[in-house]
Parts: sequence; C-alpha cells; structure tokens
Amino acid sequence: MASIWLIPFLPLLSAALLLLSMGRMPRSLAALMGAGSVGLAAVCVALTARSFPGGGDAQELTLWTWMAVGDFVPRIAFYVDGLTLVMMSVITGVGFLIHLYSIEFMWEDESFCRYFAYMNLFVASMLLLVMADNLLLLYMGWEGVGLCSYLLIGFWYRDPANGQAARKAFVVTRVGDAAMALGLLLLFTELGTLEIQPMMAAAREQWPVGANLPVLATVLLLGGAVGKSAQLPLHTWLPDAMAGPTPVSALIHAATMVTAGVYLIARTSGLFLLAPATLEAVAWIGLLTLLLAAFTALVQTDIKRILAYSTISQIGYMFLALGVSAFASGIFHLMTHAFFKALLFLAAGAVIHCLHHEHDIFRMGGLRTRLPVVFWSFVIGAAALAALPLTSGFYSKDAILLSAWEMPGIGPWLWAGGLLGALLTGIYSFRLVFVVFFGEARTEPDRRPGWKIALPLAVLCALSVVGGWFALPLAQIFPARGHAGVPHAVEYASMATPLLGLFIAWLLFLRRRIDPARFVASPAGQSLRDFWFRGWRIDSLYDALLVGPFKALTHWWRNEPVDAFYNGLVALSRWGHRGLNALQNGELRWYATGTAFALLLLLAVMLRNAP
Amino acid sequence: MDGLQVPLDHVLFLAAALFSCGMMGLMLRRNIIFMLMSLEVMLNSAALAFVAAGAAWGQADGQIIFLLILSVAAAEVAIGLSLVLQIQRRFRTLDMDQANRLRG
Repeated sequence: MASIWLIPFLPLLSAALLLLSMGRMPRSLAALMGAGSVGLAAVCVALTARSFPGGGDAQELTLWTWMAVGDFVPRIAFYVDGLTLVMMSVITGVGFLIHLYSIEFMWEDESFCRYFAYMNLFVASMLLLVMADNLLLLYMGWEGVGLCSYLLIGFWYRDPANGQAARKAFVVTRVGDAAMALGLLLLFTELGTLEIQPMMAAAREQWPVGANLPVLATVLLLGGAVGKSAQLPLHTWLPDAMAGPTPVSALIHAATMVTAGVYLIARTSGLFLLAPATLEAVAWIGLLTLLLAAFTALVQTDIKRILAYSTISQIGYMFLALGVSAFASGIFHLMTHAFFKALLFLAAGAVIHCLHHEHDIFRMGGLRTRLPVVFWSFVIGAAALAALPLTSGFYSKDAILLSAWEMPGIGPWLWAGGLLGALLTGIYSFRLVFVVFFGEARTEPDRRPGWKIALPLAVLCALSVVGGWFALPLAQIFPARGHAGVPHAVEYASMATPLLGLFIAWLLFLRRRIDPARFVASPAGQSLRDFWFRGWRIDSLYDALLVGPFKALTHWWRNEPVDAFYNGLVALSRWGHRGLNALQNGELRWYATGTAFALLLLLAVMLRNAP
Repeated sequence: MDGLQVPLDHVLFLAAALFSCGMMGLMLRRNIIFMLMSLEVMLNSAALAFVAAGAAWGQADGQIIFLLILSVAAAEVAIGLSLVLQIQRRFRTLDMDQANRLRG
C-alpha cells in the first residue's frame, strides 16, 4: 500500500496550515484540524496494519532522492516493519487521544493555534523518525522532535523559568545528539551507507563480534539515545521539562519522544549485538537510572515531577531489557508504558486543571469522591505502573525481569536491582494515589472534566488493562525468547514485589501505621530526603562542574584580549576625533590665521629646499 | 626710458609691506567689512608685485595678470558684499566672532 506517506504528511500539512494562519484561525477549526489530522493518520496506520498478515515482510516506499553527493545518496524513503508499526500505532493512537484531551485542556489558552501547530509538527517529526529507512532521515526526525520539545516546554514563554527549562532540555539533549552525529559519520565512513538494513548487513559481514569499531559506533549511538531518553548521565532535563502544558508531558515526555532512544537501539539492534560490551553498558545504565529515579520519585511533592521521575525509571527498565538483548520485551514495555504513563499524565492534568493549577500533592487530597473518573483512571494507571498482576505493565515488566535473570554472569544482580526498582515503583505510585485521592480535602475542585477529557482517559484505561495481551508483530525482527530456564521462585518474586510495594504504601500513607513525617523530621532522614528530593544532587554537581566554570569562563572572556585591541582602536579614533573637532570652531579668523601660517610654513620649506 | 627709475627691490618691499598689512588686518579685525578691505589690500599688493616684475623684465604678462587680479577682486567684492548684507540681516551684527555657528 503506497499511502504510508500520508501518515506523516497529514500532521505536517495541518501544522503548516496552523502556523501560517498566525493564530487567527477560529478555535473550533484549529481543534478539528489539529486532532483530526492525527486521527486520520491513526486511521491510515490501522489500514496499513491490516495489510500486515502476521507481521509479514517490511514495506518500503521511496519518495525521492534527498541529495546525491558522490556515493552518498540518502533518500526520503520509508521502511515499515513490525517494529515501526508498533511505534506508529502508539504515536498516532495515543497521540490522537492526547490531542482530543488537549482541546478541552487548552481551550482557554490564548495561543491555542500555536499549541496545535507545534503538537502536529511533533507528531509528524516523530513519525518521520520511526519510519525513516536511513539514519540521516531518522536524525532529521530526531532533531525535529527535539525542536518541538523545546518549543512546547517553553510554550508559556512569558515565565522566564519555562524558557530556562526549555533551554536546558535543548542543550542537554544536544550533548547526546552530537555524539550520535559522530556515530552516523563513523558508520558512513566505515560501512559506506546509512540505510539501516543494508548497513546492518554490511556490519555483520565486516565486523567480528566484540571488535573495537562496532563498540565505538554503538557507544556514540548510545550517547544520542541516552540524551533523548533521559538516562544517566543526561537525565537532568526531563524533570524540568514538566514546565510545559500537561498534555505535552503526556505525549512527548512520557509516551513517545523520550522512548526514541529505546527505538533507536532496537532499530539498530544488529549493530548492538556485535558489541556485547555496549549492551552490558546499556543494561547497567538502565539499572542505575531506574533505581536513582525511583528513589527520587519517592520524596517529590510536585505531581508532575513524580511522574517525570517515574518515566525516567520506566525507560530505565526498557534500557535494561535492551541491554540483556530482550529487544521485544523492551518495545513491549515501551508500548504499555505509553498507555499507562499517558493515562497517568492526563489524569494528573485533569487534577491540575480542576484544582486551579495546583501541583503540590500535599495540597490535594480527598479527590476520590469529587473527581471519580480521574480517580479510577489514576488507580488503573498507578496499578499498571506498579505492575500489579493482570495489568499491562505487569506483563511487560515481568518479561524484562525474567530476561534480566537469564543474562549469564550478571543476570541475578540485574534482576535484583530491577526487583528493588519494582518495589519502589509500587510505593511511590500508590503514595501518589493515597495522598491525592484519599484523606481530607485540602483544595476544592472548581470544575468537572468534560467528555473530551473523560473519553481519552477511559480509552487509555482500557488499553492500560488489556495492553498486556497484545501480540506485537516483532517475531521476525527479534528472535523470540522463552523463559524456560527461570526457577519458579524468581517468577513468584517478580509477581509479589509490586503487591508488597502497594502494601508498604498503604501502611505509610493511608493507615499511617508508620508515619514517614517522623522519619523525615530526624536529622539523618532530613538530609536523606533532601538528597533524594534534589535528584541525588546531580543537578548541583553539573552546575558546579560544568555550568559554573562555563559561566566564569564567559564572564572572564567578556573582556577578552582580542576585543581589547579593537577597543583600543575605537579609543584612538575617538581621541583623534575630539582633537580634530576642536579645530573646526567656526571662527573665521582662526581659519584665516591657520591658512596664513600654513602658507608661511610651506614657503619656508620651499625656500629651504630650493637649490 | 630714462625717467625716474624706481628699483625693483623697493617696489617688492612695498608690496610685501602692503601684503603684511592686509594679512594683519584680516587676522586681527573682527568686522567683516574691514576684513574684506584687508583682503583687497592683499590682492592689490600682489598685483603691484606682478606689475613691477613685468616692468623690470619688459614682459606684458605682469600686466595681464594684473587685469586678471582686478577682475577677481571685483567679483570677490560683489559676492563678499552680498554676504555682508545677508550676515547683517541674519545675525544683526558684522562681528565675525559672533557668526561662528558652523563648527564641529
């Protein structure tokens, strides 16, 4: 089917029209175009999926040659296989629901048109990223989503803090993107092509497993993935990115863009399999990130920051899965995470929307009876996030933990770390539920969510529950794995841990058998809480190590020696100007006298030189 | 010609003296009319030098240049006096130190 080009084109066209209307388009039309174009793209994806019986052969579509420079002939071409299809379904499906939700959420915003223009541009770039058949086109989509992320984090640009957050996100991800660009250059010079499938075939022929070049290339690609997916050490931008509107956080910073790194590694899995060292690094990065972010999420008080850290933590699980070569499990978790994290963000957005933009969970409370739709959405989302049995998150996280166990050598360690993370996830997700929705009310909601908010929540609830039973068409791309050799005790532990987390959260935050406030009041508890609250002080570390010296350097360089020379020239000409200026004083007799004496001087010189 | 011969040196001294007088007047007087008169004196002293030199070497060039200077002086006086009128009208003074608005 040749219409797959329509899928990214529809949101792109809508974005262009919305941008060109300069915000003068009526709201209803802008909403129709913004949400409708993504909805139509979702329909196109569904039609494409129908022509994939059992995840058959990949579809390729070449639109045109981008440029031809010698041997370097990148094309604007799409490659759609099972992996792309999963990503496209998530982007357009979840994207459509979030667009629908945004209509109500953003209705009173003065920049309604601009919002939908950026959102559609984001969807188009993200589709380009996952559909690209060569890494250069992928990189274009990659930078496109980075740009849209920047624009939408700083959407309410009148508050300088939002602009600061947007710049931080842009600069930090740029560090990773620079590494990725170097990786692309290396791959092109070594393998002679950037088209993903031929490139991986060439790599398999040219490079033995574990050689230096594939390790170097994959480490560079990993840099890009780490930056985009907010993993250690480039994760600091994501919590600040919550400055944007909540649907933006749901779409970009939870469901789609931040998982682009996972997609990149899965897409180039052929390369990563040639570099076992990099894969192990991916697993460790994932594990460390998921633990660090989970501990941080335990003590946050801003509802969106809790969700942001939990996103970092869940992407850590995906990286863990990739690192133990369980690519299908990683993508599976990507999909279920997109469902339940989008659900959680949208529900959090509904809470914020109904509570006069209140973000602090300790000023909420008792919303269970006041916002029942949001409450049930939140419970289902938190259950899936905590991976309680029978929710979608359970199936995907369980698969990841079992795959981690099977990793030879370090497997049990990775599994134990992942299990600890699962326990923490259970605690912090139900802490959120208990604090926000139970107890006495501290702020009264001033409105009820309408159907445009309730419908996406209901659909995402359903997806969060049944998403675990979807069979993804990934069997032909990644080798299938059974978990035959895993002892039953390990499986039971993986199952029971989230329930234990739920129980602990219930003890701590609902029954208050053990009051966490008393622990926090002690000096050790105080400093530990502070340490976690600031995200293990990594931001302060970067400020001290990088931002501070950079600012000092720029401050010093402001009086730079090169400038001093030119400043001297300026001073000299100013001085000459003042001196010469005094000569032209408007006094006719001075001029006459000057002329006379000059003539006298000339005469004297001539006479002296005369033979 | 055997008449009373004035030596060239004397005439040139006279011309130099007149020129110096004119120049001093130009530099020291503030009234524009006196400045123009000093200018006339300077022009005439130059003309005198030309005539005397022409006579001493028996050449007509000196007299031709004298006629040229005469016409230049006439033209200069015409423009100068009209400027004097304008200055008087605009500044209500002929003091050139008062008319110093054109400065950097």
